[in-house]
Amino acid sequence: MTAKATTSSTWQQDVLDADGPVLVDFWAEWCGPCRMVSPILDEIQSEHPGKITILKLNVDENPDLAMQYQITSIPAMKVFKQGQVEKTIIGAKPKFALEKDLESYIG
Amino acid sequence: MRQVIIIGSGPAGYTAAIYAARANLEPLVIASSVEAGGELMNTTDVENFPGFPEGIMGPDLMTKMQEQAERFGAEVLYDDVVSLDVTGDTKTVTLGSGAVHEGEAIVFATGSAPRKIGIEGESRLSGRGVSYCATCDGFFFREKVIAVVGGGDSAMEEATFLTKFASKVYVIHRRDELRASKIMQERAFKNSKIEFVWNSAVVDILGEDAVTGVVLEDTVDGSRRELALDGVFVAIGNDPRTHLVHDKLELTPEGTVWVDGRSSRTSVPGVFAAGDVIDPTYRQAVTAAGSGTVAALDVEHYLAARGEASLPATDAAQIDGLPAADPATV
Repeated sequence: MTAKATTSSTWQQDVLDADGPVLVDFWAEWCGPCRMVSPILDEIQSEHPGKITILKLNVDENPDLAMQYQITSIPAMKVFKQGQVEKTIIGAKPKFALEKDLESYIG
Repeated sequence: MRQVIIIGSGPAGYTAAIYAARANLEPLVIASSVEAGGELMNTTDVENFPGFPEGIMGPDLMTKMQEQAERFGAEVLYDDVVSLDVTGDTKTVTLGSGAVHEGEAIVFATGSAPRKIGIEGESRLSGRGVSYCATCDGFFFREKVIAVVGGGDSAMEEATFLTKFASKVYVIHRRDELRASKIMQERAFKNSKIEFVWNSAVVDILGEDAVTGVVLEDTVDGSRRELALDGVFVAIGNDPRTHLVHDKLELTPEGTVWVDGRSSRTSVPGVFAAGDVIDPTYRQAVTAAGSGTVAALDVEHYLAARGEASLPATDAAQIDGLPAADPATV
């Protein structure tokens, strides 16, 4: 299962109005480490479907959101709860490290 | 049980894989889950690797090296080594995924990681305006004022690259002359967006949630001043990645893995090392590639001496029926 994409136009309902925690992965085509983290996030999503929703946001296509959330380095992952950023993870990390960072959500 | 496990996927790792694969050793390359390809993945044009008169993009060069290794039978795993055991004849490598692999020989080619300045604010603001990779993060500094800290080729390349985005790039260097190659210095000097800040050390990075500036200390008279900035790119060199082996293999005073003379033999039989992790001096893609070859050939000799592989010819002349070279000098 691949994590779905979100965009500026669907941001409100996908992220801000969502019920549970939402992890948004800020990425770009030209970002090598982003491409390596992407399948890892897909795996984490498949393994924990009910606990957290993982969405991907392309910063080239949605520069307004990248600026709004002060993204200065990608991959950057932000976990949203009730529309607020609860956690920020910056930089590519191996699966076991990401699972540790997301422990409080995925258990 | 593998004949050889290669830890690292930069030029040293892949060149060792090419040679080992062609010697029918069926190497396993542990390529890192997120940093596969090594330092060249974070650079743009590589103009000094021989064979590419038009230059080649770093990631493209690494893709080609990987393809070449796989063509001859190397197996590449995108995973991370979390621990190794090199105490016995059988070496054990444990990966982040939990998988455990055993091998007769190991080639340790983990390379080097960007050096940190080591000051307050640096880790706190890492990814929030402090960056170690211009090609990765330059995009986010369009029309901003940034600085590159460093005086070598990487610093020059990063500064020049960043002028594509930033409105101004300061190059902050501790001394009053650069150690970069002449051609890279000239390019930077000619660039109107680049301003050099000499004899200055960055002693603090300022900002709450994002970088707002740095504190500079004059290396000549000790005076301090603040410089307002939106981003700081650190390009002061690399440190060898020895954390997996610092208590298992002998290290040199410079912190690299010790190898015997010009060979790749480490202080532990069956463990060989190559690339930036053994080289505190030159650290070029092509010198790393060369040392990868040395490692593969040393592995071959090691395995043959243990009877695991057929003895390779020591000299081309020997194959042709002429007097052989002394194997000790090969």
